[in-house]
Amino acid sequence: MLCEKCQKRPAAVHMTKIVNGNKTETHLCEVCAQVDNSVSFGLDPKWMLQSIFAELFNTPHTENDPSSDAGVKPNRCEKCGFTDAQFSQVGRLGCPTCYDVFENKLDPVLRRIHGNPRHTGKIPKRTGGTIELRREIEELKRELQAAITSEEYEKAAEVRDKIRGLENKLG
Amino acid sequence: MSVENTIGKARSKWMEGTGPDNDVVISSRLRLARNIEGYPFPHFMSEEEANHVINAVRLAVSEKAGAKFPVETEFIDLNELSQTERQILVEKHLVSPQHIESPANRAVVIAHDESLSIMVNEEDHIRIQCFLPGLQIKEAWRLADKIDDVLEKTLNYSFCEKRGYLTSCPTNVGTGLRASVMLHLPCLVMTKQLGAMVNTISQLGLAVRGYYGEGTEAYGDLFQVSNQVTMGQTEDEIVTNLLTVTRQIVSQERSTRKVVLKNNKPFLEDRIYRAFGVMSYARVMTAQEAIKNVSDLRLGVELGILKTPAYDQINELIILTRPAFLIKKAGRPLNAGELDALRAEIIREKLSKININ
Ligand SMILES: [Zn+2]
Ligand SMILES: [Zn+2]
Repeated sequence: MLCEKCQKRPAAVHMTKIVNGNKTETHLCEVCAQVDNSVSFGLDPKWMLQSIFAELFNTPHTENDPSSDAGVKPNRCEKCGFTDAQFSQVGRLGCPTCYDVFENKLDPVLRRIHGNPRHTGKIPKRTGGTIELRREIEELKRELQAAITSEEYEKAAEVRDKIRGLENKLG
Repeated sequence: MSVENTIGKARSKWMEGTGPDNDVVISSRLRLARNIEGYPFPHFMSEEEANHVINAVRLAVSEKAGAKFPVETEFIDLNELSQTERQILVEKHLVSPQHIESPANRAVVIAHDESLSIMVNEEDHIRIQCFLPGLQIKEAWRLADKIDDVLEKTLNYSFCEKRGYLTSCPTNVGTGLRASVMLHLPCLVMTKQLGAMVNTISQLGLAVRGYYGEGTEAYGDLFQVSNQVTMGQTEDEIVTNLLTVTRQIVSQERSTRKVVLKNNKPFLEDRIYRAFGVMSYARVMTAQEAIKNVSDLRLGVELGILKTPAYDQINELIILTRPAFLIKKAGRPLNAGELDALRAEIIREKLSKININ
């Protein structure tokens, strides 16, 4: 068996990896395995994940929006000039704007890989706290719904007032 | 402290061999990916733009700009190092192999104790990496979080409310956080329990990587467990998830060690003393053979069969016998045969100072 990466030397290192239940096997020669730096204390298996991602990107997602593959969205980023064909090759995007440009194709893939394709983590302080406020309001709205469902009307009124207060702050 | 020091010494903070659960967990590592607003990602950037990014980070980490890091750091332009010196940074895991493939317009910021490095213009504009000995993922996250706070005072990150921190590769988008632990699991491998475990772990959004030689026997019995999901979970959730799963693996390995030691002591002693014998007398040793033997030696210490060497000496042995370190020591290029001979020599010399009885 030849090394998957260079196709020159015999494969000596065999790696099995499972992401969300999908099993992939990689066979590398010693040289490429060193570059991949997975021997002993390795870094991320970057190129592998990227190639999985590129593959998913190219697969039509009929369960989502079948029109997303019909070229309704532009296939070139107006900001940096990156194309979706390039993405399929390198598994990376050209610039932050690419995320919006290729949204229709990217989001189904992000959902597959990450489950919930919405950021819930750290927020840069320069955003001035408005994102935190919006998150808090969303959370309170869920609480309000729960209170109404369980017929705790006093609590519901309390939560509703809190939401109004926060919404005023947002302006 | 200078670059020379970093390159000249084999030890980093993570190699100290201390830290919680150090009988199974060698090191914990956490990385945050960040990009600067208004620039294409590194692989799609002009030279001029790349230079802007380097200068922006240089400013952001300088004390003149008011940057207060919890650790002392140094800014290193990769172009100012020789190829061997750059390779040493890779062998010490301070930068990735990809980072030195084209050193132009790339830099790295390194903390003096090497618990922190910041790669500039690797796959993303900024990669903050924290690296600690033993099971310290939470501590690594706290350190990276602080460093990130300092940088964002000066730098305007690419961030959107819905998708979080925008990264060059969509597999990192959201938190941009990848945490991993390096585990030594000789007894789970020996008793063939690892396969089933890998299946379970992968269903929790984590990935296990190991090196497989013959069949399912792992190369050096070293495994890395890391999170695959970077979006839709908070940093704390990701870190806690990995920590919980790691603790379970650790306790499984420990209980298996007890059983194996009780039932197969002569077999284990033979394997460990054989490794010690080979390392004490071999004249030629490949990198792969060295890691396998070091792993067995480590097993001896983990089981209490050997009293020495200490974990830090074991970790040092691995780094000392990597190719670039050997070339640096020899002071000239070496061919494969010469490398293997020098490796054997250094290992012999190190072991001759260790009294295992
Ligand atoms: Zn190869
Ligand atoms: Zn773009």
